[in-house]
Amino acid sequence: MSETNGNSKNKLHGLWALTNRELKKWYKAPVIFLLSIIQPILWMGLLGKAMNIGAIFTGTSFMTSDLVGRLQQSLLQHGMPSQNIPSFFGDLGNIFSGLGSSVMTDVFNTTDYFSYMAVGMIAFTALFTTMFSGMSVVWDRRLGFLNKVLSTPVSRAVIIFSKVLSATLRSMFQAGLIILIAVAFGLQFGANFTVLNILGVFAIMFLVCVGLSSIFIAITIRSTRIETPMAVVNLINLPLMFASNAFFPTKFMPDWLQSIAKVNPLTYTTDAVRQLLIFNTDWTTLAGDFAYVGVFAVVAASIGIVLSWRFLSK
Amino acid sequence: MSEEVIKAEGLTKVFNKHLTAVDHVDFSVKQGEIFGFLGPNGAGKTTTINMLITILKPTEGKASVLGFDIAKQDYAVRNVVGVVPQEYTADEDLTGLENILLCADLYGIPRNVAKDRAVDLLKLVELTDFKDKKVQIFSGGMRRRLELACGLVNRPKVLFLDEPTLGLDVQTRTATWNYIRKLKKEYGMTLFMTTHYLEEADALCDRVAIIDHGKIVVVGPPEELKHSLGGDLITLSIKEDADVSELIQKSEHVKDVKKEGGSYRIKAEYGEMTAPFIIEALRKKGYTVTKLSLTEPTLNEVYLEYTGKSMRDAEESREAFAAQRMTMRRARQ
Repeated sequence: MSETNGNSKNKLHGLWALTNRELKKWYKAPVIFLLSIIQPILWMGLLGKAMNIGAIFTGTSFMTSDLVGRLQQSLLQHGMPSQNIPSFFGDLGNIFSGLGSSVMTDVFNTTDYFSYMAVGMIAFTALFTTMFSGMSVVWDRRLGFLNKVLSTPVSRAVIIFSKVLSATLRSMFQAGLIILIAVAFGLQFGANFTVLNILGVFAIMFLVCVGLSSIFIAITIRSTRIETPMAVVNLINLPLMFASNAFFPTKFMPDWLQSIAKVNPLTYTTDAVRQLLIFNTDWTTLAGDFAYVGVFAVVAASIGIVLSWRFLSK
Repeated sequence: MSEEVIKAEGLTKVFNKHLTAVDHVDFSVKQGEIFGFLGPNGAGKTTTINMLITILKPTEGKASVLGFDIAKQDYAVRNVVGVVPQEYTADEDLTGLENILLCADLYGIPRNVAKDRAVDLLKLVELTDFKDKKVQIFSGGMRRRLELACGLVNRPKVLFLDEPTLGLDVQTRTATWNYIRKLKKEYGMTLFMTTHYLEEADALCDRVAIIDHGKIVVVGPPEELKHSLGGDLITLSIKEDADVSELIQKSEHVKDVKKEGGSYRIKAEYGEMTAPFIIEALRKKGYTVTKLSLTEPTLNEVYLEYTGKSMRDAEESREAFAAQRMTMRRARQ
């Protein structure tokens, strides 16, 4: 009666079935799908457009010719020789008007803060989407689904992989969406941007999401209550986000924060995405970013899988 | 292969080094029988099942399913057993058919084979009309049937059922019993089930093991267990005044007769067969039976006999109540 011989002996069987189960919950539920699209738009609008840092330097009065004019008048009143003044102030005006963009370039490496920030959103999405992969493990445990899967010949590693993979695919989809939306809002690509760079973005997203979701699953795999992963997520999401270069360059941060940002994989992810999309790509830095995130992904995935494996085969 | 499909020797599970859930149990399940684990919640039934289906590793002792060691050949065991868990594990966001196909994928069954089987299974559990509906709208009984279909997708030789009728109404319960009997009869399947319903163990199981505090207190066919208590109680009255105790005593299977007031209390084995003989014997001597009642001992009395407490009392622990409520709530959603 049993026909197990005809069944797949592939060690990875069931991986796609379990991954697709998670994905279906997302793409087959219109409301959830829509919300996950609206969320990055909201953030981009609120943080990217509201915090118009570029405008501080270019749109305010102290940078305009008005300021230069007042200075000129003041010098004349103090009886300065007047023959060279017009050309001197002409130069001064030019210097001042260029100051804004040079400050922006110096701080953000681009003149457009929106582009800077919109790209930071990509790492942000990776963090948020992967966090919830841990929660779905808790749900599966509570509903008995985890035990059910454990009683089938599916490998323990596949159970974990499917969670990692579904979170990763979701984040990658959202990253693509953010780029599209950001372009619509006026993202300025870097000088040597090509379509191939988008593939690079997906590659770095894949790595960081694999790493992050493995960690979150390892944290939550033992808990039976949904509150535990919620608390963990609430505790670490914003610190992890702001202790990175997602919204602001790390070089202006205090030392202690810089040292956190330096080990934060999100910093490297964001930098890699910026190098690929909006900066004049520095290939050495980019390679460094990829190496760091790659090592992070491998180490985190190994830890996650070893811990989960041990726990699942109790 | 031996006749014994499941064999456990000294099977023990200790949680957190001091909580002994299952305490050195020995039993064996024969090919083609329905074997029941009967006991209150918290007695160790689910823990035993979880060890047999290789979700939990035994702390001590060993067990085999179809000749495969549950600890060393766990992968082989998982391939040949089917599991219908206590909870409703079907994914609410998927349809009935999608759930069955998901289960098939977990066993690595090729898609074309899985589709054919899904059609058959949906027919078996009478869910064909609902195959494209999301499980969210399923009633408790429908979910239970869907679980059954999922547990059968790999054509198991042994099916493990954990509390198959928990939280179901009487009608749905009877229907579920019929499915279970059908599996045994038509497919020759061996079934291992747990229950805390005495009626269920009585109605379905070929053999029952009563388990309490992690230990098996007695194993045997329900009928035999009940007879071991000394048989049924027949109470009868006759129209005439004469003492017929001796006459009754002479009938076969009668163990003891007592005259109490106007009626006789007769302890007899196989009461339902003995009673007509007694009536016949009395009639031949010219006596008329005016009243007769037959009380069969239930498994509750067996349980009482062996554990010293009523099963219903044992049920009323708070934890058990909470666990049951949780499942019921999910069943209602």
